[in-house]
Amino acid sequence: MRRTPRGPESFHLARYWLGGGCRNIIGAMDRSTTSPYLICLVAWVIPGAGHLWLGRLQKGMVFLIALPSMFAMGLWLEGRLFPFDLEQPLVALAALADIGIGVPYFVAEFVGIGAGRVIAQSFEYGNAFLIVAGLLNMLVVLDVFDVAEGRK
Amino acid sequence: MSSHFGAMAAFAMFVSVVFATLMRDAPAEQLQLGLRLFGGLVVGGLLAGWLLYPLPF
Repeated sequence: MRRTPRGPESFHLARYWLGGGCRNIIGAMDRSTTSPYLICLVAWVIPGAGHLWLGRLQKGMVFLIALPSMFAMGLWLEGRLFPFDLEQPLVALAALADIGIGVPYFVAEFVGIGAGRVIAQSFEYGNAFLIVAGLLNMLVVLDVFDVAEGRK
Repeated sequence: MSSHFGAMAAFAMFVSVVFATLMRDAPAEQLQLGLRLFGGLVVGGLLAGWLLYPLPF
């Protein structure tokens, strides 16, 4: 538990809040009132939202910007959003990785982009961007779970 | 993206940013780890490409 130092109040209060005291209080409140699984679901749906919810603003903003940007770049490089084809296990695994990014995946499917163009020079790069963006968001969700459980 | 190197560098940047943010809490440490990861990915990619270049397939 972080202690608020003594001295001129305005200065120390500002330092306390900027130093993470506010974040810890918000995090502790959320940990006690919200299911970690719900926070993980939100973190999956919107990349970075779980960290933002738990008061980890800097991390949340980085994930919120970086992961959808990576996914968008994958679409721009004419990568493909793979279908769930259980007869082709590797394609099904790629689809599972793609869907790890959450809402951007469904938006792309809804809009009709992500068909991919196999003859494009950047096709494989696009696939790598799309798949890795989803996998990185899954890592972010696991990190959120640890934070919500109080392990970090 | 006009070149393979540009795509590789962009990929390395995104991966470095996310991993550095995940693994470190202090911004200075995040920056340090991010730069090391980025350098490692780019140099490793160039090295792998250079080693694979003579292969006929």
